[in-house]
Amino acid sequence: MYHAMTSLGFASESRYQGPVRLEGDPKGASVLILGAGLAGMTAALELRNAGYKVQVLEYNARAGGRNWTLRGGDKFTELGGFTQTCEFEDGLYINPGPWRIPYHHRALLDYCRRLNVALESFIQLNHNAYLHAARAFGGAPQRIRAVKADFQGQIAELLAKTTKQGRLDEAVTKEDQEILLQALRSWGALDRNYNYKANLFSAETRGYATAPGGGLTAMPVPSDPVALSDILKSRVWRYLQNFANYNFQTTMFQPVGGMDMIGKAFAREVGELIRYNTKVTGIAQNDRGVTVSYVDTVNAGDPQTVSADWCVCTIPLSILSQLPIQVGTAMKAAIDAVPYAGAVKIGLQFKRRFWEEDDAIYGGISYTDLPIRQIAYPNTAFNKSGRGVLLGAYLFDGANAYEFTAMPPEERVKRAVDFGAAIHPQYRSEFENGVAVAWHRVPFTLGCSGDWSEEGRTQHYRNLCQIDGRIVLAGEHASALPAWQEGAILSALDAITRLHQRVVKT
Amino acid sequence: MKRQIILAAVLALIPVALLAQEGQRVFSLGYRFVEMSGEELFNNVCRGCHMADGAGARGAGSYPSLVHNPNLEASGYPLTLVLRGRRGMPPFGDMMNDDQVAAVVNYVRTHFGNNFRDAVTAREVKDARR
Repeated sequence: MYHAMTSLGFASESRYQGPVRLEGDPKGASVLILGAGLAGMTAALELRNAGYKVQVLEYNARAGGRNWTLRGGDKFTELGGFTQTCEFEDGLYINPGPWRIPYHHRALLDYCRRLNVALESFIQLNHNAYLHAARAFGGAPQRIRAVKADFQGQIAELLAKTTKQGRLDEAVTKEDQEILLQALRSWGALDRNYNYKANLFSAETRGYATAPGGGLTAMPVPSDPVALSDILKSRVWRYLQNFANYNFQTTMFQPVGGMDMIGKAFAREVGELIRYNTKVTGIAQNDRGVTVSYVDTVNAGDPQTVSADWCVCTIPLSILSQLPIQVGTAMKAAIDAVPYAGAVKIGLQFKRRFWEEDDAIYGGISYTDLPIRQIAYPNTAFNKSGRGVLLGAYLFDGANAYEFTAMPPEERVKRAVDFGAAIHPQYRSEFENGVAVAWHRVPFTLGCSGDWSEEGRTQHYRNLCQIDGRIVLAGEHASALPAWQEGAILSALDAITRLHQRVVKT
Repeated sequence: MKRQIILAAVLALIPVALLAQEGQRVFSLGYRFVEMSGEELFNNVCRGCHMADGAGARGAGSYPSLVHNPNLEASGYPLTLVLRGRRGMPPFGDMMNDDQVAAVVNYVRTHFGNNFRDAVTAREVKDARR
C-alpha cells in the first residue's frame, strides 16, 4: 500500500499520519505544558484526550501565541513600552504572524477540520498584482502577468533560435528538437517564426493594449512586450520564485475571519486547562517529576510553583535560553544555539478598496525592492464598497526588518505609507490608520521564529528534540518547518508520542 | 531646490542606500546594512531590542541593558556578540563589514554611561572572524 501511494506521489506530501493514537493507560500521570500556542494546545488536547492530567501555563492573557489577529479596538504594547490601539473598522483585520496555509500542511488542515475552522483561499499569485523595482521602468509597477509572459516568451524565443541553429544537436535528438520547438511556441506564445512579439497570440498571455469588446468597437489591440534586457536589469524576475516555491504553490488557505480562529478553536477545547498571565521563571526536575516556578503578571506577588510528572515546554528558545532550566548540557547547548529572526508586518486601513476599484487587483501580493518588500491585498470580501485593510509591508530577515523594528510604531506606519505610495499613489488620499508589529519587540517571543543555521542544526537539532529526563520541547523551533504552524503541530505530535511511549512503559 | 541637489549628490555617492524624502533615515537595499557610523548602526539596528536609551527591555524574557555595563569593558566580548550572536540575539557578522562591526562596538562602549576608550579596529574584527 505504501509503495503504491509513493509511486502515485501521495505519501511524500506530509509527515502527518492522521489523528495521533496514544494507546495505553497513562495511569493518572500529569503533564505540565508551558505555552498555549499551537504546539502547546495540540499537546494539551491530545494528552487530555489520552487520559493525562493536563495544566497549561501561558504568558499572555489569551491563547494562540503567534497565531494572532489584530482587529479594531485591540491594544498591543510592544517591548519599549510603545502601545498601539488598532483602529480598523469592524470586520477588518491583519494577521501579524502566520497568514497562509499550504495545502500540504495536512496536520494543521486536519485540526482545522476537526475543530470546525472555516477556510477560504489565500491568493499567493494574482497575475494582475505588481512587480516593482524603484530604479526600473521609470519607477512604474509592472503587472505580474506581463513580466511573466515577456520573460518566458523571450527565453523561449532564444532557446528556439538556438535549437534551430543546430547548437543543441549534441544535447537533444532531432526528433526531440521538433517537439521542443512546438513546446517553446506553446509555452512562450511565439509566432510561427518563433518570435515573441506584439500580436494577438502573445496578448492572450501578457494582456491587451485595448481589450476585446462588443459591437463596433469590439476588436482588441495587442500590447507591446517589455524587452528582455529591461526585465533582466530590473531584477523583478527574482520575485517569480515566490509563485514556484513548494511552500507557496496553490492551493493555499486562510481561516475565514482571521488566523486566530485556529487558536480560538483550540482554546474552546482546552481553554479550561490554561492559566493565563503566567510568566515562567524557572524549570526544575528530578527523577520523580518537574517543578516550574512562575509569577502572575497581573497580580504580582512572590513566585509560585506547580509540579507535574512530565513537562512539554513550548517556550520560544529566545526566552527559554534565559531561564534557569535543569536539563543536560547537550540540550542546554541546543537551547542556546538558535537566534531568532526579525520580521515586521504593517496593516494599513484605507477609505476604499482602490486596489480593486481602480487597479483590478483582487487578492494576492505585489512585490517590490522598496523596504516594504510586499503589499498584500485582502483575500476576502471582494468587490465590496467601503473600507479595506492592506498588509502594507512584510519584512522577513535582512537589513530592512531590523531598520523597521528600530523605529517607533507610528514611524513604521508612516514609512510604509510613504513607500507604498510609489506603487499605489492612491495611498496619499485614501490612508486612514495603521498598526505595525515588529517581532523582535513582541514581549511573548522576542523574535519571529527560530533561525537555525545549517551547522547549528547538524550540531544541536537532535539534542533539542530528545526527552531530557522528564522534559521534552516542542514548537516550530523543534521542527524542520521553521516559522510554520505545521512545524509547531508536527513537533508537538512527535514529542507527545515519544513521551507517551515512555510513560506507558514505566 | 538646493536640498534636492544635495539629496541627488548624496544618492550618487551611496548608490546602494535609499534615502527617505524627509528625515535622515537610511534604508538598506539588500541583506547587508549600508549604515556606516556607530551612531547610525545603533539607531537603525541595535535600538530595535536594546532601545533608544540602551536600557534594554523586559517581557517573557529580556534584552540586556547596555547602560554602565561592565561586560563591555573587555572589547572582545561585545565584538564576538555582534559577530556571532548569543542565545536569541542574531549574529550580524554576515550583515556588517569589519568597519561597521568596529564602529558599532566602539559606539556602545563609549555611550550609555560607558567610557571604554580603547577603540576596536577593523583589523581586530577581521581577526575575530577566523
